[in-house]
Amino acid sequence: MQRRNFLLGLMSAALVLPLQAFADIWNKRAFEAVKLNDAEQGLEINGEITSQDILVSAPDMAENGAIVQVEIRSNIPNTESLMILVEKNPTPLIAHYKFSNGAEPFIVTRIKMAETSDIKVVAKVGNQYFTNAKNVVVLENGCG
Amino acid sequence: MAVDNMKMRAQLKGDYVEVKVLISHPMDTGRKKGDDGELIPAHFVQLITATLNGLPVLEAQWGTGISKNPYLTFRLRNAKVGDVVAVTWLDNFGASATQNIAVTKG
Repeated sequence: MQRRNFLLGLMSAALVLPLQAFADIWNKRAFEAVKLNDAEQGLEINGEITSQDILVSAPDMAENGAIVQVEIRSNIPNTESLMILVEKNPTPLIAHYKFSNGAEPFIVTRIKMAETSDIKVVAKVGNQYFTNAKNVVVLENGCG
Repeated sequence: MAVDNMKMRAQLKGDYVEVKVLISHPMDTGRKKGDDGELIPAHFVQLITATLNGLPVLEAQWGTGISKNPYLTFRLRNAKVGDVVAVTWLDNFGASATQNIAVTKG
């Protein structure tokens, strides 16, 4: 195990340098936050407005929280980014998608859920944030 | 460039192109123990970027809450058959891969 880690460390050191600028984009503060509020602060979200123009499609119940497919969409013009947060996960921020040059504010992805919780989606539109959520009942913890 | 840890498809569907991406990756959270009782270190894809004919269209940041073997669908306006979509991922160990694919008729 130790040797494996050491080798992986060497590989990372070799590969990471040219990609460092790319890696610096990753919002460590928001992704490592263990509380929803702290994650949202890390994302600099302030003053959310609940909106039915943010659509969150997911199953009502998930037998296994390891794979919950979710489709998210914003019908608000000029949506710049969509964020997915699961309040009751060990780290609530799941993903942050930024769109440009004709990409629609639409994503399908598969996420892990630790327990029954809302899947909260936040859309950034200029300086405003719009949000909506969908509750999913989770029978088996998928965040091991 | 084709890589064995990524599968991609880009299809024209009416007035948009739908891109589907599947990546082989453990997406370890760092909270699970292996058979030896030791914690398996967090090992997950942190960044995904996509371009259309070289122009950036999507930048995704992921945490450990994306499922193992990540799946992603996104949609592009202003894209047509023959256009090239490229997707690159980078994980927290510094590993990365890029795959290009041409848009086909759906």
